[in-house]
Amino acid sequence: MRHSRKLVGAAYAAPVALFVAVFFVAPLLLVGRMSASDWPLLSGDMGVNFPANYESIGDNPLFWPAVGFTLKYTGIVVVILLGLSLLLALIVADGGRRGTGFFRTAYFLPTTLGFASASLLFFGFYSPSIGPLDPLLQWIGLTDEPVSWLGTSGMALFSTVVLVVWKFAGFFMIILLVGLQAIPPDVYEAARLDGASRWQSFLHVTLPLLRPALGLVLILSVTGSLLAFDQFFILTKGGPDNSTVTVVQLIYREAFQRFDLGAAAAISVVVLVALLVFNIAQFRALRRDA
Amino acid sequence: MRAKVWGTSYYVLAGGLAILFLFPLIWTGYASVAPAGATRQQEGFGLGNYAGLLDYDSGLTQYLWNSAYVSVLTVAFTLALAIVGGYAFARFKFWGRDALFLVTIAILMVPYSTLLIPLYSMLGDLGLRNTLFGLSLVLTLYQLPFAIFMMRISFESVPKEIEESAMVDGCGSFGVLTRIMLFAVWPGLITVGLFSFLAAWNDFIAPLILVSEADKAVLPVAIANLRQQAQGSVDFGATQAGVVVMALPCLLLFIALQRHYVRGFMSGAIKG
Repeated sequence: MRHSRKLVGAAYAAPVALFVAVFFVAPLLLVGRMSASDWPLLSGDMGVNFPANYESIGDNPLFWPAVGFTLKYTGIVVVILLGLSLLLALIVADGGRRGTGFFRTAYFLPTTLGFASASLLFFGFYSPSIGPLDPLLQWIGLTDEPVSWLGTSGMALFSTVVLVVWKFAGFFMIILLVGLQAIPPDVYEAARLDGASRWQSFLHVTLPLLRPALGLVLILSVTGSLLAFDQFFILTKGGPDNSTVTVVQLIYREAFQRFDLGAAAAISVVVLVALLVFNIAQFRALRRDA
Repeated sequence: MRAKVWGTSYYVLAGGLAILFLFPLIWTGYASVAPAGATRQQEGFGLGNYAGLLDYDSGLTQYLWNSAYVSVLTVAFTLALAIVGGYAFARFKFWGRDALFLVTIAILMVPYSTLLIPLYSMLGDLGLRNTLFGLSLVLTLYQLPFAIFMMRISFESVPKEIEESAMVDGCGSFGVLTRIMLFAVWPGLITVGLFSFLAAWNDFIAPLILVSEADKAVLPVAIANLRQQAQGSVDFGATQAGVVVMALPCLLLFIALQRHYVRGFMSGAIKG
């Protein structure tokens, strides 16, 4: 009887096992093989050429700029997202006030859109022909001339960061809100009785107890930003002058514009390893401090 | 007095932020019907941009159908796998159980693009490249970690006594699953279905890479391509109409299923 129950369990798990083997494990092995082979997009596998694809990564003139840009973008986005989503969570966690439900919905609504939709929205939003920003700024009297929101590399980065923060702040707000609500009210009460000010109890009670939620936000936002694609593909198209090309965009270019799947696979493997090392380091750091 | 100042500044800050967050959404709705040069809506407010979308290339209805088809297939695959998989992980001990669960969760650790390059080649060998069916399978893969995790904890939270009494009444494990367990775990199923629908409906990079035939494009890819219509100039009106068409189902689902939305986040926050 016990033996057959094991078989029944395995039978229920079999579809998942089969699916994961075919669509996850097999491609993972294949990407390793591709990265060690001469593999043009159209003609397919032309045999092993290890380590040519890996050696040529460093020679790619776009690689180091793309790595640098991706890291810079990640740093900026993560800092702003952490700060803003914490502020939003504190605003809507104040349950005693009227209107918190409305504010929560308002901050969260952009999250419901797809990333591509949001990028297309801002593509129009920043356009000189129908975008509302230039008329608005001119009406206030801040500028006389239209602003080129995507024209320079600095502005393109700034405009993309605005889009990403707008799209994701509400998402991280909810995670932090759940964390805030898990803090028992008596801890605050105890801090108040000890004579702690609002600011002191935020620093010494809220922040330490919010660590797990903040850690989750950190890991999700870092990983998401390092793998940025949609927003730059749609909004800036990597421009101006390839100044906003991210690493994942580079993989796409190698594969589908330069038709070299081997080179694309080699960069993919490097990204995978870098991300694994990075996530393990983050987990360790968060665990050790906790 | 101090409390009053605090209260006012709270509402100025919270309200100001709310305006910043809502403004782009309101603007896109406005821009899709407002008159503007170089769009299909030249004079007065109207639905010219939407009418233009209807006969752009393969037509809006074709793209809507493609997106709906891919999303429904993805939801169906995800639910089917998550039901049997979650049940197996929650209620049975079998060889390789923990390893399989770990590998499934590990999908989250692998960047999308790392898998799409080999999947592009594999789908070609399987005859599934350029098919919406193959695309749905790939989209399902990325829903599995969350779906399996969610259904595992859903099944685990059902009291075992219910199951045992049904077993005594002569129900087999499959009968228990279909006649009893599914009714107990339906909130989890709605959350999983909701998240996989939204992910499939909105995904961009997978259809961009895996499906290249124009009449099989899903909405996000079609609308992104549409920008380059008409002699290189961009039709911003049609673009914003497209954004509204893509966003509306998401907003409606959010309003209808808010509770299930938040539960999805909470499961992640608690276990994360």
